[in-house]
Amino acid sequence: MTEILLKIDGLTKAYPGVVANDHVGFSVAPGEVHALLGENGAGKSTLVKMIYGLVKPDSGTMEFLGRPYTPAEPRAARAAGVAMVFQHFSLFEALNVAENVALGMENPPPMRDLAKRIREISQAYGLPLDPARLVGDLSAGERQRVEIVRCLLQDPKLLIMDEPTSVLTPQEVEILFRTLRKLSSEGTAILYISHKLEEIRTICDGATILRGGKVVGSCIPREKSARELAEMMVGGEFAATERVSRPFGAPMLEVKGLSLAPLSQFGPSLKDISLSIAAGEILGIGGVAGNGQEELLATLSGERPSAPGTVWMKGADISALGPNPRRALGLMSAPEERLGHAAVPNMSLTDNTLLTGTIRMPLVKNGFLNMAEAKAFAEDIIREFDVRTPGPWVAARALSGGNLQKFVIGREVLQKPEVLIVNQPTWGVDAAAAAAIRRALLRLAEKGAALIVISQDLDELMEIADRFCALNEGRISAPRPTEGLTIDEIGLMLGGAHGMEVPA
Amino acid sequence: MIIGGIDIITLISMLMVASTPVLLAATGELVAEKSGVLNLGVEGMMITGAVAGFATAVSTGSPVLGFVGGALAGAAMAMLFAILTQVFLSNQTATGLALTLFGLGLSALIGKPFEGVRPPATGKVPFGPLSDIPVLGRILFSHDWVVYLSLLLVAVTWAFLKFTRAGLILRAVGENHDAAHALGYRVIAVRCAALAFGGALAGLGGAYLSLIRVPQWTEGMTAGAGWIALAIVVFASWRPERALIGAYLFGGITALQLQLQAAGYAIPVHLLSMAPYVLTIVVLVLLSVVHRRGVQAAPAALGRSFHAAS
Ligand SMILES: Nc1ncnc2c1ncn2[C@@H]1O[C@H](COP(=O)(O)OP(=O)(O)OP(=O)(O)O)[C@@H](O)[C@H]1O
Ligand SMILES: [Mg+2]
Repeated sequence: MTEILLKIDGLTKAYPGVVANDHVGFSVAPGEVHALLGENGAGKSTLVKMIYGLVKPDSGTMEFLGRPYTPAEPRAARAAGVAMVFQHFSLFEALNVAENVALGMENPPPMRDLAKRIREISQAYGLPLDPARLVGDLSAGERQRVEIVRCLLQDPKLLIMDEPTSVLTPQEVEILFRTLRKLSSEGTAILYISHKLEEIRTICDGATILRGGKVVGSCIPREKSARELAEMMVGGEFAATERVSRPFGAPMLEVKGLSLAPLSQFGPSLKDISLSIAAGEILGIGGVAGNGQEELLATLSGERPSAPGTVWMKGADISALGPNPRRALGLMSAPEERLGHAAVPNMSLTDNTLLTGTIRMPLVKNGFLNMAEAKAFAEDIIREFDVRTPGPWVAARALSGGNLQKFVIGREVLQKPEVLIVNQPTWGVDAAAAAAIRRALLRLAEKGAALIVISQDLDELMEIADRFCALNEGRISAPRPTEGLTIDEIGLMLGGAHGMEVPA
Repeated sequence: MIIGGIDIITLISMLMVASTPVLLAATGELVAEKSGVLNLGVEGMMITGAVAGFATAVSTGSPVLGFVGGALAGAAMAMLFAILTQVFLSNQTATGLALTLFGLGLSALIGKPFEGVRPPATGKVPFGPLSDIPVLGRILFSHDWVVYLSLLLVAVTWAFLKFTRAGLILRAVGENHDAAHALGYRVIAVRCAALAFGGALAGLGGAYLSLIRVPQWTEGMTAGAGWIALAIVVFASWRPERALIGAYLFGGITALQLQLQAAGYAIPVHLLSMAPYVLTIVVLVLLSVVHRRGVQAAPAALGRSFHAAS
C-alpha cells in the first residue's frame, strides 16, 4: 500500500516543564491498524489530541488524504472523518446513552431513530447497549461501549482509540478486535494506543514507538516479542515479576455473609459474600467490572457501612468503622477511578497525599497540616514508584493516566498497610511500570500484609495472586489456589459473567 | 365565592400576577444554572430591569418598549457577570453577590427622578367572550400579556431543555464541561448565552414589578424576589415545571396574606409579610426531600469555572 491517509511531520507540543511531543513524525495508510507505543507520559495522548483538534501543536504539519490538515477544533476533525475514543471517558453521567451518543455526532438523527440505530449497531458489533439507560448507572466496561458505538455511528476514515481495552473483559476485547478487523477491511485506518503488548501484537500492522516525546523507532509488532516491544519503549531492560513462595500467617481480614443493597435502580448489589484472607496472602478477585467490584471495595474500605458482624479484622468487628479508623488499624485501599475517587484532579500531588495519609503518616501536628512532611512524602512516592512528573506541586489532573495510577498505588503501599485492597491496580499502566507495581504488591505481601487485588486482567491475577475467586452479579465463588488453575476452570468460575446481556 | 372574608376567585387571579416576576426570574436562572453557572446576582438584575423598564416606559410612553428595555438591562448586567466569571474566571459566588449590590445601588441612582411618577398602563389581553365565562374567565382570561408570556416561556424552556439539540448541549456543558470541551463544544459561549437569557428574564421580571404589579418605582422594590427565585430553582430540582409550582406557591401566599391583611384578621402584619418566604421555602424543601433524587439533580459542574487546559 503506497497510499497514505494521515501523514504527520515534525509535530511539537510543549507544556510548562515538559516537551510532550518533540518533532514527531509518522504516517498511516487506509485500512492500517497502527499502534502508538510508549511508556506512561511518553506523549501518546497528547499526540492523538492534536490529530483530533483538541490541542494545538506548537509547530509541525499534518496531511490528511493528501491535503494539509489543521483541525482547529474536534468538530473540524469529525467533519474530516476522524473519530476518537478517549482515555478518560468523555461521557455525561446525568444523560442517557442516546443523548451521550448524540453529543458526539455532527448531525444526529432524531432521538427515536438514533435509539434504534444505537440498538442495531451495538447488536451488530456485539456490544449491546440500552439507549435509554443513564450513563451514571453503567459500569466502566459499558461506558466504554458507549464511546465506541458513538464513533462507529459516524463511519470514520480514521478511528483513534486511546487505551480502549483497559476496562474490557477478554470476551469484550475479542469482540472489539473483530469490530476493528471489520472496520479495517472496509478501509478505515485505526490508530491504536494500548499498554497490553500482546493485544498490539495480535491486532496491529505497524507501530511507532515514542519515548520522552520523541519517536525512537518503528516496527512490525507481529515480528517482535512482547518483551522486545517493552524494551524498545523503555530503552533498556526491565525486571520481570518474580514470585517466591511465602508462609501465610493468621487470618487478617474476614468477611462474613456481607450483603449490600444497590445504590441506584441499576446498580450492582452484593449478595452474601464471605471470604477470609491471611497475613502474607494475595487474594485475586476476577470478573467483569460492574458486578460489585466497586461496592466490595467501598464496604471493605469503610466508605459504605455494612451490617454489624460482616467485616472483621484481626478478630475485631470493624463493620461500623469509617475509612479513617480502618486506616488507623492498617486497612488501606485504592479505588479504581483515579480521577475524582482516588485523587482530587485539581489538587497538587502534595495535597493529594493528605487525603489518605494523615492517619498513618506524620502529616498532621496538633490539628495543623505539616506541609513539609506531606511534600517529602509525595516526593518519596514519586521516587519509589517512578512517577513521571515535574514535581509534587503539579495538579493530579496534569499527570498522564498511568503515572497518576502509580502515584495512587504508591501512596497506599508506602504507608505500610497490614491489609491492602486495590481495584484495577495497573489499569492504563505501561508494561514496565505495571511490572513495578506488581512487584511492589508482592513485596508488601512478603512483609506479611494481606492483599486483595480486584482486577479484570486474569494474567495479572495469575501472576501475583495465591488464591483466585470470581465476583459475578454480586456473588463470589469459592476461592481456589492459582497454582495449577487452567483457563478453562477460570472460565467456569466466571460462569455467566460475560456481561453481554442488556438488563431489561 | 367567599370563604372567611376572602374572595377565592380574586385570590387566584391575583396569584398569577403576584407570581409572574419570580417565575420569570426563576426560569431564567434555571437555564443559566443548567449550563453550569451559578449567578447569585438575580436580585441585582431584577432591580436593574425594574428601573430600566420603568424609565424606558415613562420616557417613550410605551409599556412594551419598557419591557424590552428591562430585559436588555437585565441581559447587560448578566453579560457583565459573564465577562468577569467566564473570561476572567473570577469566583462566581462573590461576583454574583457583587452584582446584586451593584444593581441595587445603580437602580437607586437611576431611579431618583422617577419616584412618584405613574407609568403608562398595560391593558389586559382582550379575550372577548372568553373572559365572561364564570369563574374560569376571571381566573384565566383577565390578565396582561406578560402573564401569558411567562407561562409560554416556562413551556418553551421545558421543551427546549428536553427535546432540542441545543438544549442537550446546554445540559451537557453544565454536566461535565471537560467532556463537552473534549467533544468540541464551546463551553464559554454556551454559558454566556445561557447567562444572557437568564439576565433578560430577570430584567423582564423586574420590569413587571415596576410597570404592572406595583406599579411605580421605589428604591429596593424587588424586596428579595430575586433570592426567592434562586431558592425556587434549587428546590425545584432544576425542573421548569416544578419552578412553576414554586413560583405560584410564593405568589399565592403573597396574595393570600395581602387579602388576610385587608380582611382585618388579627394576625401581626410582620408574620403575614414573612409568610410567603417561609412557606415557599418549607414546601420546596419538603418536596426535594420527598424526591431524593432531587439532590442529585444539580448540574454536576454548577459553579465551577472552566478553563481549557491546552
Ligand atoms: N494539560 C497538561 N498540562 C501540563 N502537562 C501536561 C498536560 N497534558 C499532558 N501533560 C504532560 O505531557 C506529557 C505527556 O502526557 P500524555 O498524556 O500525552 O502521556 P501518555 O503517553 O498518553 O501517557 P499514558 O500512557 O500514561 O496515558 C506528560 O509528562 C504529562 O505530564
Ligand atoms: Mg495517555
